[in-house]
Amino acid sequence: MVATAVWRPDIKELARVEGRERPVESGHRLCAGCGAGIIIRQIAMAARKPLVWVNATGCVEVATTIFPYTSWNVPWAHNAFENAAAVGSGVEAARKKLARSNRFSDDPDVELDYDVIVLGGDGGTYDIGLQSISGAFERRHKILYVLYDNEAYMNTGIQRSGGTPFGARTTTTPVGKVIKGKPLFKKPIMDIMVAHGIPYAATVSPAYWNDALVKFRRGFEADGPAFIHAFSTCPLGWGSAPEDTVKIMKLAVETCVFPLYEVVDGEYRLTGPSVSIAKNPDRKKPVEEYLKLQGRFRHMFKPENKWMIDKFQEWVDKQWEVLLKRAGY
Amino acid sequence: MTVQKSVSQTMMALNGDEAVAWAVKQSNVDVVAAYPITPQTIIVERISEFVHNGEVDLEFIKVESEHSALSASWGAALAGARAFTATAANGLALMWEILYITASTRTPVVMAVVNRALSAPINIHNDHSDSMGARDSGWIQLYSEDAQEAYDNTIMAFRIAEEAMLPVMVTLDGFTISHTLQNVSVLPDEVVSSFVGVRKIPRVKLPSIHGDKEVPLMLNPKYPVTFGPLDLFDYYFEHKVQQNEAMKASVPIIERVHREFAEISGRSYEPVHMIPYRTEDADVVLLGLSSTMSVVRKVVDELREEGKKVGAVRLRVFRPFPADMIRRELSGFSTVGVLDRSLSFGAEGGPVFVEVRSALYSSSSKPAVYNYVYGLGGRDLPPKLIKKAFNELLEARGEPGRPVVKYLGVRE
Repeated sequence: MVATAVWRPDIKELARVEGRERPVESGHRLCAGCGAGIIIRQIAMAARKPLVWVNATGCVEVATTIFPYTSWNVPWAHNAFENAAAVGSGVEAARKKLARSNRFSDDPDVELDYDVIVLGGDGGTYDIGLQSISGAFERRHKILYVLYDNEAYMNTGIQRSGGTPFGARTTTTPVGKVIKGKPLFKKPIMDIMVAHGIPYAATVSPAYWNDALVKFRRGFEADGPAFIHAFSTCPLGWGSAPEDTVKIMKLAVETCVFPLYEVVDGEYRLTGPSVSIAKNPDRKKPVEEYLKLQGRFRHMFKPENKWMIDKFQEWVDKQWEVLLKRAGY
Repeated sequence: MTVQKSVSQTMMALNGDEAVAWAVKQSNVDVVAAYPITPQTIIVERISEFVHNGEVDLEFIKVESEHSALSASWGAALAGARAFTATAANGLALMWEILYITASTRTPVVMAVVNRALSAPINIHNDHSDSMGARDSGWIQLYSEDAQEAYDNTIMAFRIAEEAMLPVMVTLDGFTISHTLQNVSVLPDEVVSSFVGVRKIPRVKLPSIHGDKEVPLMLNPKYPVTFGPLDLFDYYFEHKVQQNEAMKASVPIIERVHREFAEISGRSYEPVHMIPYRTEDADVVLLGLSSTMSVVRKVVDELREEGKKVGAVRLRVFRPFPADMIRRELSGFSTVGVLDRSLSFGAEGGPVFVEVRSALYSSSSKPAVYNYVYGLGGRDLPPKLIKKAFNELLEARGEPGRPVVKYLGVRE
């Protein structure tokens, strides 16, 4: 990690630039309250260079590119579901080769000094795309991979993924008479990515925009592959009110369901509200506050299913303890 | 192949895989993304040696699967690079999804396919089930008879792919060609380099985004383009028809590149799509692909000695399929035998047979067409079996007999 001075976003400057140079134009078809739209704009606001954007199949792809329209003001490529990191590898390798051989040095219409951003959802990251990300990280391609995690296959109609949390109702983990929601927990995707020894990994909740922007920028600045796990509320799939999107993004952090931290060359560091919770454990809110705003967890509030909330809380507590230890608390 | 005057070339003892690697080394390739699989491995090994010894400047992405090999090649090509990959059999099958995407996005990737039987049962030896399985994926397919042609085809493939804006598959028979040493005439580096040039990026007008300006069709922050959008029932059909038109439009490009290559190399593969051998006064001909055809020609010579009027036709370009040429060249024979080194399960015959017979159906004089399926999983096709096939075809004398599909060299 060779981040020299830490970049600090200037909200006035960002507001000015945002109105002028949006990576994604308004008019896209993401749902009201979708977290992914916020994440995309934050990524672009944090960019230090022009971007080439590679996208896995998923909500963002279908909602922004219905031919003959496109919402993208940046060069953008979508190939398939499971291979976005491999496509990003190819783009990065090509950029390197073309730049060192001065291929377009006499062509004012071509820019080769750019960063490669790869965006995938939880299906494309936890499940079908895991192998190609692992390969790209092992090979040390300089790409920033951002996972927008809305915790199920929302684009195909809310089916469970490896990123779906315990208890959640999806169309393939329905609340049945015998099995109620997803009986399994989320795959520890951050641990898996950090285990690749990449120079930078972080979690981001878009509600904390300052923290998010700094992390996206550090991801771009990393000397090698970087991974950012971004929390993405999905009103449609989660059964939440669109106006509660940011509130849920905050509660996820305040309950430690989704703690904020970064891992720089293997060193864990808590950030944002997660620091104050670590210092003052009383500030950690119970998971009910997070769960109760979402229809996908409603069944857990029936008296006979209370054990599910307890089990959820137990898992969150355990994960948080592990993280505290890693971060030196 | 006929040899004309040419620049001075170096005769090297190379196997087919090495010949492909040499072509890649000389063709100003920017990015290679490949995964090892027998019998393709020598290609990736040699390219690795060239890179590690500083003999060529390219980025070799040693990917974790064939699926990623083609995906990375696609990304590299969209970013403006000349991209190459190589595979065989199951590796090609794993790429299946991305084969279509590469062709449908008009991305000029070149791939060597070292033909090998598909699993199961697992078998590393030669047949054409892999590339024939990919025949409808939108790739141009050039079938090479020997190591020399694998070298030549690979060089030409870069020009064809980039001018036609379509991916090109160059095939060579596993082991028979890939692992067999042959004298290969290797062109000087600078001759190949100037023949293929560096990758040129087509410029297009995208009025809704960039007005009247002709912009480079690549991933480029100066002039952003969206590649791979969602395309529903209101446009998808037209795009597929356009893609098919692009395949047809590649025919004159393929021919022109071959003629220009003949000028620098002295090696002419006229008339490009299929090469007849002693067919002028023949009654029957046997048509097939790749290395087998050198043995077929030998058998033709022997039968001609016996006074039998037989000939051979080697099909070099299977996609786009030269249906007009097939009609023109083959409708005069009483009987045509078609060799297939793969099966299309449940169909009436192998894929080459099905298409050749279909093309001939609309000819005025319909020859009787028979199919011989042979060589699956690397099974040898000795001259005596080819002779047997010719004798059967001669006896048939144009009668549409039964069965039309037979196996050569299989235990009853």
